[in-house]
Amino acid sequence: MTYKNFIIAASLTLTFAAAAFAEEPKTAPVAPGSTPAVSAPAAPGAAVVAAPGATTPAPAVAPPLAKKRELKANKVITLSMFAVIIGITLGVVVWAARQTKTAADFYAAGGGITGTQNGWAIAGDYMSAASFLGISGLISLYGYDGFMYSVGWLVAYITVLLIVAEPCRNAGKYTLGDILSFRTNPKPVRAVAAISTVAVSTFYLTAQMVGAGKLMALLVGVPYKTAIIGVGILMVGYVVFGGMTATTWVQIIKAGLLMSGAFLLSVLVLAKAGFNPIYFFETIVNSPDIQDHVSKLVLKDGITLNGIEAGQRFLEPGLFMKSPLDQISLGMALVLGTAGMPHILMRFFTVPTAQAARKSVIIAMFIIGGFYVLTTLLGFGAAVNLTPQGIISVDPGGNMATLMLAQQLGADIAPILGDLFLAFLCSVAFATILAVVSGLVLAASAAIAHDIWVNVVKDGHADQHEQVMAARITSLVVGVVGIGIGLMAEKANVAHLVALAFAVASSGNLPVVVLSLFWRKFNTAGVISGLVVGTVASIGLVMVSPNMTYPKLVAKGAEKIIVAMEKKQASGQVLTEKDTKALVKAQKDVLDKDGKSIMGLSEPILKLKNPGLISIPLGFIAAILGCLMFPNKRSEEMFDEVYVRQNTGLGMAKAIDH
Amino acid sequence: MADKQYDWAAIAKNPKFVELHHKKQAFLFGWWIFSSVYYFLLPIGAAYAPGLFKIKMIGVINFGYVFALSQFFVSWALALYYAHVANKDFDRLTRELIDELHL
Repeated sequence: MTYKNFIIAASLTLTFAAAAFAEEPKTAPVAPGSTPAVSAPAAPGAAVVAAPGATTPAPAVAPPLAKKRELKANKVITLSMFAVIIGITLGVVVWAARQTKTAADFYAAGGGITGTQNGWAIAGDYMSAASFLGISGLISLYGYDGFMYSVGWLVAYITVLLIVAEPCRNAGKYTLGDILSFRTNPKPVRAVAAISTVAVSTFYLTAQMVGAGKLMALLVGVPYKTAIIGVGILMVGYVVFGGMTATTWVQIIKAGLLMSGAFLLSVLVLAKAGFNPIYFFETIVNSPDIQDHVSKLVLKDGITLNGIEAGQRFLEPGLFMKSPLDQISLGMALVLGTAGMPHILMRFFTVPTAQAARKSVIIAMFIIGGFYVLTTLLGFGAAVNLTPQGIISVDPGGNMATLMLAQQLGADIAPILGDLFLAFLCSVAFATILAVVSGLVLAASAAIAHDIWVNVVKDGHADQHEQVMAARITSLVVGVVGIGIGLMAEKANVAHLVALAFAVASSGNLPVVVLSLFWRKFNTAGVISGLVVGTVASIGLVMVSPNMTYPKLVAKGAEKIIVAMEKKQASGQVLTEKDTKALVKAQKDVLDKDGKSIMGLSEPILKLKNPGLISIPLGFIAAILGCLMFPNKRSEEMFDEVYVRQNTGLGMAKAIDH
Repeated sequence: MADKQYDWAAIAKNPKFVELHHKKQAFLFGWWIFSSVYYFLLPIGAAYAPGLFKIKMIGVINFGYVFALSQFFVSWALALYYAHVANKDFDRLTRELIDELHL
């Protein structure tokens, strides 16, 4: 039965791979520089911090023609590499499918992942295309601020290491619901926990899917819809047939590819600077192009800075992140949200012991941190070798900086190496997308199948066969819905979705997880009020934040563009293709002068892009108040059991051996 | 399937467990607060003490860069330190507790 399904899926996937080869783009691959300025493809993470004025590049600072660059991956090489990755991962799925017989196999790889493997898988699960392409892009355009932005993504793991990893391993089974329902009334708690998990996963998944579609379109000229369907089929295939085992190995492979790509590229960047870091930083400060770029950036704030001073400014904070409160808010959401992400929590159920969970976080921290340190080299290296102007000409958000750098540095050695290296990094991006979306689909499916179906609807009375079937069917449905949302959201503004995912995880999930594990009095009412208030507050605050589209503000911006363009035309200049496009778009946008956001607002009520600063305290307060208002004796009495279990791992056999 | 029944309340009162609990709680929350404070000094410092961040330390490399880079090393060092203490103290106490309970 399983095998039959498996063969069908495998052949479907192969068909897709073949179709991708055969598919020649009807039109020329997306012209470089024509990326819609609002989209910042594949970098939802970067968009989280997008400072006002940084998202829409003013046409007035259009790069000089000499700096114009293009990025075009060699289709044959790139798609062959994609095929190799698809082939290897499908091999893993075949192998994993044979081992996936029980619910524990499906959700937690039977607890048989080692600490080291899990560490690589966590890194693979966590670092999205936004980290991979977005952060180095931010550094290449805004210098120091991009680097500062990356720090929080690592520090977040201190919370995971010290507070949640080991207790969750000892107290949980497959899902967030398992941890929370231990000493509470399981049905309502599981239901609410499942809703919150599905919400976080869906927000994150949608952002990833849309990013994936745009990235693939930009890189290899695969049409958006084909890319979404292709990525979607692979993701569903991995999860439905291979469960956690296959997902884990896809993530390990991706992390390995990502680290080798980043390492190789960093060596090339350093080689250019004679392996002398001090000289490397001097080349940044002394680069006339960077100096010119910074001069223009600070001129927007009315500051005149030239020459070497402007170059030095690139290494100082404040070019991108202009609102300190927003940064602190984002920092809080990262530091607390990562530990509340269901797909990250789920990874700790795959290892046999708390010691292995500890080891896996530490390994993940070295991989993730190492990657971000290398990212500095890549970002600054891109700024020096490609010039910020050149990077903007390909993508205004800078997301293509790493890929352009690979092509350039490879081609400096031999032209074919440039193509090969670029193709390699494109496949890293491809593997990255697959690994992240698979983890998310698995987490959402586990919440629906294990918490809602098996434990709420079936009262926990379901045999292994039924549980695995339920898990597979749910993954299929979740995957298909994910593809559907991805297809519909092509033109949607998804920038707020990553902020939303982290906000819900940090304000809804984390407070109740921490209080469940460490507070004797915590109970059902506390879990429900904490989750509901944290989630609703996060969503509500993001809905009225600057992340949403405000047609009135867009129209205002469009007006300025039109004026600038008309001035340009009046001065006798011929508009470039890019300018003409911007003008056409502006003329359309300006019509919606009295338009309102989907919340019926003409401008944001809340200035914060990330609501963490407000919603996290709200989540904690709601959880504590809810619990104090409805005390429960049984929950208090059971605290000893939870606390002894999470500290010692006693009684864990129950969790592993069902 | 046969679950051993543990007297959780008794274990929770065991002096070994109480010792483990106190040591762990002090360590975990103490260092968590330290790491959070150290991290938030970065965005706060960048916003409110830009002069400090501009001070050049090695060649053109300034304090801000060194401070941001130090975040990585502090996090790694803390992770390794925790692993060391947990492997040496917490795991040992846990083993002793389990031995004592003859489980």
